Amino acid sequence: MSDMNLKLKVWKQNGPNDKGRFENYKVVANEHMSFLEMLDVLNEQLISEKSDPVSFEHDCREGICGACSMVINGRPHGPNKGTTTCQLHMRFFKDGDTITIEPFRANSFPVIKDLVVDRSAFDRIIQAGGYISVNTGQAQDANAIPIEKDVALDAFSAAACIGCGACVAACPNASAMLFTSAKVAHLGHLPQGKVEHDKRVQKMVAQMDEEGFGMCSNTYACEAECPKEISVKNIASLNRNFIGKVFKTE
Amino acid sequence: MSWVTTFFTSSIGRKLIMSLTGLFLITFLIVHLIGNLQLLYNDGGQAFNVYAKFMTSNPFIKFTSYGLYAGILLHAIQGIILWRKNATSRPQRYAVASKSTSSFTSRNMGWLGMIVLIFILIHMYQFWLKMKLGDVGMATYDGKQVKDLYKLVAATYQNPLFVIFYVLSMAAIGMHLWHGFGSAFQTLGLNHKKYTPFINTLGKVYSVLIPLGFAIIPIYMFFVLNR
Repeated sequence: MSDMNLKLKVWKQNGPNDKGRFENYKVVANEHMSFLEMLDVLNEQLISEKSDPVSFEHDCREGICGACSMVINGRPHGPNKGTTTCQLHMRFFKDGDTITIEPFRANSFPVIKDLVVDRSAFDRIIQAGGYISVNTGQAQDANAIPIEKDVALDAFSAAACIGCGACVAACPNASAMLFTSAKVAHLGHLPQGKVEHDKRVQKMVAQMDEEGFGMCSNTYACEAECPKEISVKNIASLNRNFIGKVFKTE
Repeated sequence: MSWVTTFFTSSIGRKLIMSLTGLFLITFLIVHLIGNLQLLYNDGGQAFNVYAKFMTSNPFIKFTSYGLYAGILLHAIQGIILWRKNATSRPQRYAVASKSTSSFTSRNMGWLGMIVLIFILIHMYQFWLKMKLGDVGMATYDGKQVKDLYKLVAATYQNPLFVIFYVLSMAAIGMHLWHGFGSAFQTLGLNHKKYTPFINTLGKVYSVLIPLGFAIIPIYMFFVLNR
């Protein structure tokens, strides 16, 4: 196990109205640590020095919750494809590297502190229609409603979205189209979700616009940075549904 | 708000306008290029002048040309609105910007579009407006008098600065189309593994060949006429 001496350039900001600035730190990590564990080491060091630790978000640390964020050397969730920050290991960096860490930057994601941003705009998009209105009861038998394999696969791959916001962070326009389209697609592909599909498309897009996200210009940076590799095919499908629903809804 | 305004002021509605006007302008480029290639005929400009007369007098083409002006304006105005809105969506930029995950052209459609718009304004002033105001000489073919647009074009391309300006503008149009062609179909919701690779390849070929075809004209006229 070899030690790595790293220089960190970390964004520090006390709140949404603070201007914010970069702070430089030195940390000794090893290649088996995850990126968040490396930050834990830094924070222990800062706390023992009685300095303000770096705030960052994390929860499951196994790549499924979508809590970890941060932009590492200009890439949301770091340099690896299909990987969240918590699953990024220090062996992908070199001894002596300088790593720049910034929060997800978007008008709709105000900074709460340092690397923690308020992503509740996503929650409001979900609240606008990202659900199915059914009375919950006992779960139905899995094979009671036959679903074609390809349809199930499309629904599942859209449902893999963990709502982390990397798509917004990566997009030059801070657009939330990949997130919104994935949520619409995963419900809309399945029979239970089809009932409210047209209204859902309309309401979720309206909420997305209201939150102030930018407009998609098909750069596909979102797809490239998405830790769950959600396809931009979902965006095309959302466009198609939104344009088509004009003729169907009131 | 009526459903019409709600739809066309939504993000996807605005993008739809960009896509449809963009595709319309893309088809116009073919017609424009085919007509302009007549400048390369070695007939002192007869074919081109007769064609220019037809294009400015045929009622159907006149009608379509108003659609074209509207298309250019709508595409430009809507594009500027989108560009402004998108610029405010990330007030604070990243200190380290990643350039590896998206193409140069896709990130710079606003700037490229602005160059193309300025080009169109200069281009229309140089030829379209002068032709309209009758600021050109006349040529006589088979006893019929037509405006000698060819002479104006030929005179313009005597100037190497204009040749360079036209060629560079064509490069900007090519880059704008490099992203715009395929992007228009994605905005329409047309993305499928059956046809998307074909559309994207066609878009790349189109965005090279059409601007190249236009760029050949000033270069050819400069070198042939200046010999």
